[in-house]
Amino acid sequence: MDVVMLARLQFAVTTVYHFFFVPLTLGLSVLVAILETMYVRTGDETYKKMTKFWGKLFLINFAMGVVTGIVQEFQFGMNWSEYSRFMGDIFGAPLAIEALLAFYLESVFIGIWIFGWDRISKRLHATVMWLVAIGSNISALWILVANSFMQQPVGYVLRNGRAEMDSFFALLGNGHVWVQWPHVFFSAVATAGFFVVGISAWHLLRGSDRLGIFSRSFRIGVVYAAVGIVLAMLVGHNQAQYMTRIQPMKMAAAEALWDSEDPAAMSLFTIGNERERRDVFAVKVPGLLSFLAHNSFSGEVRGINDLQEEAVRIHGPGDYVPPVAVSYWAFRIMIGAGMLMLLLALYGVWKARSGVPTARWYLRASVWAIALPYIANSTGWIFTEIGRQPWIVFGLQKTVDAVSLSVSGGEVVFSLVAFTLVYGILMAAGVVLLRKYATEGVPGDSAAPAAVGAV
Amino acid sequence: MDLNTLWFALIGVLFVGFFFLEGFDYGVGILHPFIARTDTERRVVVNTIGPVWDGNEVWMITAGGAMFAAFPHWYATLFSGFYLALVLMLLALIVRGVAFEFRSKMESPVWRAVWDWAIFVGSFVPALLWGVALANLIRGVPIDGTMTYVGGFFNLLNPYALIGGLASLAIFTLHGATFLTLKTGGGMDERARALASKLWYPAAFLLLAFVVATYWMTDVHERLGVDPGVVPAVAVMALVGCRWTITNRRDGWSFVLTAVAIVFATVTVFIALFPRVMVSSLDPEWSLTIYNAASSPYTLKVMSIVAGLLVPVVLVYQGWTYWVFRQRITPQSELHY
Ligand code: HDD
Ligand code: HEM
Ligand code: HEM
Repeated sequence: MDVVMLARLQFAVTTVYHFFFVPLTLGLSVLVAILETMYVRTGDETYKKMTKFWGKLFLINFAMGVVTGIVQEFQFGMNWSEYSRFMGDIFGAPLAIEALLAFYLESVFIGIWIFGWDRISKRLHATVMWLVAIGSNISALWILVANSFMQQPVGYVLRNGRAEMDSFFALLGNGHVWVQWPHVFFSAVATAGFFVVGISAWHLLRGSDRLGIFSRSFRIGVVYAAVGIVLAMLVGHNQAQYMTRIQPMKMAAAEALWDSEDPAAMSLFTIGNERERRDVFAVKVPGLLSFLAHNSFSGEVRGINDLQEEAVRIHGPGDYVPPVAVSYWAFRIMIGAGMLMLLLALYGVWKARSGVPTARWYLRASVWAIALPYIANSTGWIFTEIGRQPWIVFGLQKTVDAVSLSVSGGEVVFSLVAFTLVYGILMAAGVVLLRKYATEGVPGDSAAPAAVGAV
Repeated sequence: MDLNTLWFALIGVLFVGFFFLEGFDYGVGILHPFIARTDTERRVVVNTIGPVWDGNEVWMITAGGAMFAAFPHWYATLFSGFYLALVLMLLALIVRGVAFEFRSKMESPVWRAVWDWAIFVGSFVPALLWGVALANLIRGVPIDGTMTYVGGFFNLLNPYALIGGLASLAIFTLHGATFLTLKTGGGMDERARALASKLWYPAAFLLLAFVVATYWMTDVHERLGVDPGVVPAVAVMALVGCRWTITNRRDGWSFVLTAVAIVFATVTVFIALFPRVMVSSLDPEWSLTIYNAASSPYTLKVMSIVAGLLVPVVLVYQGWTYWVFRQRITPQSELHY
């Protein structure tokens, strides 16, 4: 493998790993803040126990999100220094703002939240949790401003051999931000919802719910999950239409649509031959893709071959087709997982109107369903980023031109192996802890330190 | 002052804040196996920085972000050039951050011992490497005409940089010791004081050695003249004065003086650099400066407004945390981590 491939692999590994923890942080911070607010409002101790129980799991996850984020902050300079030179004018700004506006907020206030239970008033303590939740979600917004520029460059001029910022507000007003961020946010809400529902279901299955904490968590969680998944899917639909406009090639790859069609059929299952750009076997629903792209059963959706020709006309010779198989399957897995989540959440809400659903199959399924949002989040990003290839900044810079010149293959291999190993070990430790605290239940006994206040 | 200078100063301030705050975090992490004797005592020591270390570390992240925004070429050349050193530092920071959160979450002594080691190594490595990095910045490294670092890893391990690394390691450790005399009780404050008293010798010696080496091995004397000015002098004097305050148990002053030493030493480095941000050892023409490495004027303007609005707010609420957690911690306190 050459340096570019290695650097890409490293970016994929470290970023997917970072994003493994991020959505739970985003969604659960809000939920814990809601629970604590309910405690302050009602004075009901059950809410306090819930806050502490879910808060504990939140913190374990949060720590992993923080430390993997540090790598992210520096790796643009490490592996992608040519990209950083080309893009720094624009890209550095949201990153710095993210740190100033969001990272300080979340990291300072999380310290107060952990240690401050008996130092500050109840009301202030709940406010502190809201600040953590707001900080986390603002951080997501700013990093997505940066990422959206890579998907759809706006507000720049090409000058001095690089992209220079021309309008800060154009950057912030980038339409891509306002479909991407809601999609990520609602996916995160769904992630936290399924997490809470799954763990609650595990306890309900064992009948260990003396204090009523898990049945209440289940009911709150399932509504939270349902809201998240419904809105993530609705926004996702908008996002797909938006993408068809700004990056038609990504949509064509997502559908393995070799030639333009009008009306276009939606593929349910395709095995294709990527080199010859043709289907080997395919099941398709006529007109559906046109409907998804244009809200009408006719209308052209452009295919890979046309788009490739057009790209050659604009950008000169080269291969402008992203890896079709990965894009196609990543997109389908995300949507498939989303459908499953939708069914589970809607059924759960329906049943939970009059208490907690007791069907064992459903509770068991809920435990397994914890994995679904993780699958959808990862494949969603893999699709977004792979579907943009060969561009690192769409239409402006190619990934092969972005890599650091001073870094050798050996160095990248070393760091790749080192990060992967350390991440693997930490993941194991994190899962051990999450399991321990998730299954231990709520402290009434002295073994669980969560009951102890702060320092 | 133009905006390029302003941003150079701001990044300097971020590093000053980072070394001042995270300096004692690193010191506490390095010292905790030596000051604490029981598991409870280790928890006490870790708890002195528990609520604040993450906020302190964000100073570094913000410095990185600010470099990226204001001087993208600096960010690109530095981090791709110092690649392996940075990988080591990141690995250390990763295990360290997780260790704070994980160590007390299981009773098993093996589990705790592993994370205690992680805290030690994770604090030791960056405390050393930051000095190495800063020293290399002023000494100069091979950078070619395209702003690309061409030196490899071992170029960074020259004697001058190693003195710088040992100096930062020793001073941060001393800083951690003076912090612990203030923040702990139950006998640990005594031990911290005794350790501070011993650590003073290597810290003072290494800082002095670094100052001498800077005259001898870099171009600083040509640029700034033989008289170093007050800033480095204050750093050295603060450290010298610290001897007296440690012996006389003026703990508050000891901490203030180690802090002053760190702050003024860091400022000295930035003065020595200015207006360059990375010195090329191949040709002075190829050095990165606050002009040829900078973002566009527009970006600098936007970022200046943003920083002007946000930095004061951050300072206020971060100051508030230190107020909330101002008490000493003893084995009788309720412990979280
Ligand atoms: C959509 C959300 C999202 C995305 C795409 C990313 N992050 Fe992230 N990041 C977060 C959402 C987030 C977060 C939820 O805000 C975290 C997780 C845990 C935490 O403390 O904050 C975080 C933590 C975090 C930290 C540690 C902050 C601290 O010490 O408190 C850094 C430095 C970064 N991130 C940097 C990045 C970079 C450079 C990314 C680009 C590849 C990135 N993150 C992608
Ligand atoms: C956290 C969620 C994210 C995930 C899971 C993710 C995933 C990925 C993956 C899988 C790749 C490899 C694609 C390939 O090489 O074929 C990649 C590449 C990349 N992504 Fe992302 N990404 C995320 C967020 C971001 C953000 C927020 C940014 C920038 C702000 C970003 C910038 C990049 C860059 C610079 C590359 C390397 C060049 C490339 O291969 O295109 N990513 N990402
Ligand atoms: C039917 C439902 C869904 C549709 C139509 C949909 C649509 C999309 C589209 C079009 C993209 C790529 C955007 C781009 O590259 O410009 C995307 C990305 C993504 N999806 Fe989905 N999605 C759906 C369900 C889900 C679910 C259930 C989750 C997670 C719980 C999820 C998580 C993500 C994530 C994390 C990304 C990457 C970030 C982004 O680009 O927004 N999606 N989705």
